[in-house]
Amino acid sequence: MPIIKGITKKKLLGLIILSPTIVALGIFVYIFIGWTTRVSFSNWNSFTALLKGEYKFVGFSNYLKLFSDPRFQTDLWNTLYFTIFFIGGCLTIGIILALLIDRGLKGSRIFQNIFLFPMAVSFVVTGTVWSWIFAPGNFPKNPQGLNLLLGLFGLESLQWKWYTSTFSIFNFNVALIPVIIAAIWQLSGYTMAMYLAGLRGIPEQLIEAAKVDGATDWQVLWKVKLPMLRPITLSAMIILGHMSLKIFALVYSMTGSGPNNVTDVPAIYMFESTFRSNKYATGSAIAIIMLIMVAVIMIPYLYYALRREVTR
Amino acid sequence: MKLRKKITTYVLLGILSIFFLMPIYVLLSTSFKSFQEVSMQKMWFLPKDFSLSGITEAFNRLSPNLKNSFFLVIPAALVSSAIGSINGYILSKVRFKGSNTLFALILFGMFIPYQSILFPLISFLQDIGLYGSLWGLIITHIIYGLPITTLIFRNYYAEVPNELIEAAHIDGAGLIKAYIKVLLPISIPGFVVVMIWQFTNIWNEFLFAVTITSDPSIQPITVALVNLAGSQVVHWNVQMSGAIIAALPTLIVYIVLGKYFLRGLLAGSVKA
Repeated sequence: MPIIKGITKKKLLGLIILSPTIVALGIFVYIFIGWTTRVSFSNWNSFTALLKGEYKFVGFSNYLKLFSDPRFQTDLWNTLYFTIFFIGGCLTIGIILALLIDRGLKGSRIFQNIFLFPMAVSFVVTGTVWSWIFAPGNFPKNPQGLNLLLGLFGLESLQWKWYTSTFSIFNFNVALIPVIIAAIWQLSGYTMAMYLAGLRGIPEQLIEAAKVDGATDWQVLWKVKLPMLRPITLSAMIILGHMSLKIFALVYSMTGSGPNNVTDVPAIYMFESTFRSNKYATGSAIAIIMLIMVAVIMIPYLYYALRREVTR
Repeated sequence: MKLRKKITTYVLLGILSIFFLMPIYVLLSTSFKSFQEVSMQKMWFLPKDFSLSGITEAFNRLSPNLKNSFFLVIPAALVSSAIGSINGYILSKVRFKGSNTLFALILFGMFIPYQSILFPLISFLQDIGLYGSLWGLIITHIIYGLPITTLIFRNYYAEVPNELIEAAHIDGAGLIKAYIKVLLPISIPGFVVVMIWQFTNIWNEFLFAVTITSDPSIQPITVALVNLAGSQVVHWNVQMSGAIIAALPTLIVYIVLGKYFLRGLLAGSVKA
C-alpha cells in the first residue's frame, strides 16, 4: 500500500535515492553478465587473442567443446552427486538437530550454538581443517588423519584413500565423500536454524489438538510437524542447491581438482581456464552454464516468494 | 518428559556434538604442538609440551593479511549497510509501479555465481586502475553486498507501522527527514544484523579476494591461508594455527552477538 497516493514527487525522490544502486547493479550484474556471455561466444582463448582485441564470433563452439570435454563431463557428474548428497545430508541432519533442540531440554541453547558455529567460519578454514582430517597418509604403514584414528581403534579395514581415491560408481567419484562431509558439517547447522524457526511457527494448539485426538509423538511428527515444515524444506533445498552449484572455495582449499579430476567442479575449471591458462572464452562459457543452472532454480523461487508476499 | 527420552536426547546431542567439535579439537591440539611433535602418529593426542611456536609463526606470517582483511571489511560493511538501509526504506515504504520487479532484479544479484561477472569485473577494475588493490576489492564487496543489505533492511522496515511515517509527513517532514527522524533511531538492531552479516561474509569470502588481489602483501587472510598451505613443506601446526587466526574474528563476533548473527542468517534465505 502506498503511504500517500499520487504524490509523484515522493516517488521521484525515491527513485533518485535508489538510482545509484540501480545503476551499479545494472552494470555490475546485468551488463557484466551480458559481457561474459559475449566473451563466451568469442575466440578469446589465448592471451594474444585478447590483446589483439579483435572479437571473432565463434557461435556455440566453446560450449560444444565443453560438453564433449571429459573434464567438464566429470564436473557435471560431480556437481550432480555433490548436490544430491549435500542437500540430503543437510536436510536430514538439520531436521534431526532441530527436533532434538526443540525438545527444549536444559542446555539446548549451548548445543544449538555448537551446531551453528561452522556458519561463522569460512569455507577456506573448513577446507584446510578437513583436508588434514581426511588426509589418508601412507596407510596401513603410515596412516594419517582419520585413518590413524581408525587404526588406533583397530579398525584398519575401514582405512581408505578418502579424497585421493579414483574409484567411481555410476559416475559418482567416491573421493567426493569427504568434501561432502565437510560441506554438510558447515551447513547443516544453518538448515537446523531454518527448521527451528519453522517449528516455532507451528501453532501450539495444532499439536495439542492432535494429542487430544490420541496421536503419539511419532504421529504428531509425521502428520503435523513435517507437513507444516514443507515450505522450509523447499527454501532450504533451493538455498543449499544454489550454493552447491557454485561451490568453489571449499573444494579449492580442501582437495583441488584431485587425481583425474575426481573432485573437480565447474567453478574450479572456470577459475583455472580463466586465470591459469588464459582461456577466457572457455572460462566464460563455464560461468554462463553455472549461471543458467542457478537461474533455473532461483528465478522461479524468487518469483514465487515475492508474489506470495504481494498477494498476502 | 520421560527420563528415558531425556537421556536419549542428550546422548544423541552429545554424539552429534562430537562431529561438530572434532575439527575444533584437531585445530587446537595441532596448533599448540611444536613442529617436532606434529608427527603423524600423534595427531589425535593432546600436545605433550604446550608450544606456541606454531601460533607465533602463523601470526608473524599472516598479520599483514589480517590487517588487510580488517581494512577491507570495515569500510565495505559500513558503506553497503548504509546504502542498504536507505534502499530498504524506499522499497518498503514508497511503493511505485514496478517496485516489486525492481526489488526482484536487485535480489537476483545476490544469487548469481560471481564467476559469471568475474572477467568483466576484472577488466573494468584494470581500466579504472583499481585492479590488484584493496580498494578494488572494497568497491566490489560494496556493490555485490547491496542486494542482501537491501533485503534485510526492507524486511526490517516492513515491520515498522506506516502510520509512524505518515505522522512524520503530516508534521511536515519530507521523505528523507522522515527516514532520519523516525526510522534511523530505531534501526540500530537492523544495522547490527546487517553489519555482522557483511562482516562475516566479506571476511570469509575467497573468490573475489583470490582473483582481484594478486600481490601477497595485499591479499586478505583467506587467500593467505590457502597460500600458506601451498608453500613448500606443510607444517601442519603452522597451518592449523593460521586457520585459527583466520577464523577467530568472525567466531568472536558469533559468540558475542550470536542472536543477531542468526537473524541475518535467516533473513538471507529470502523469508520475504
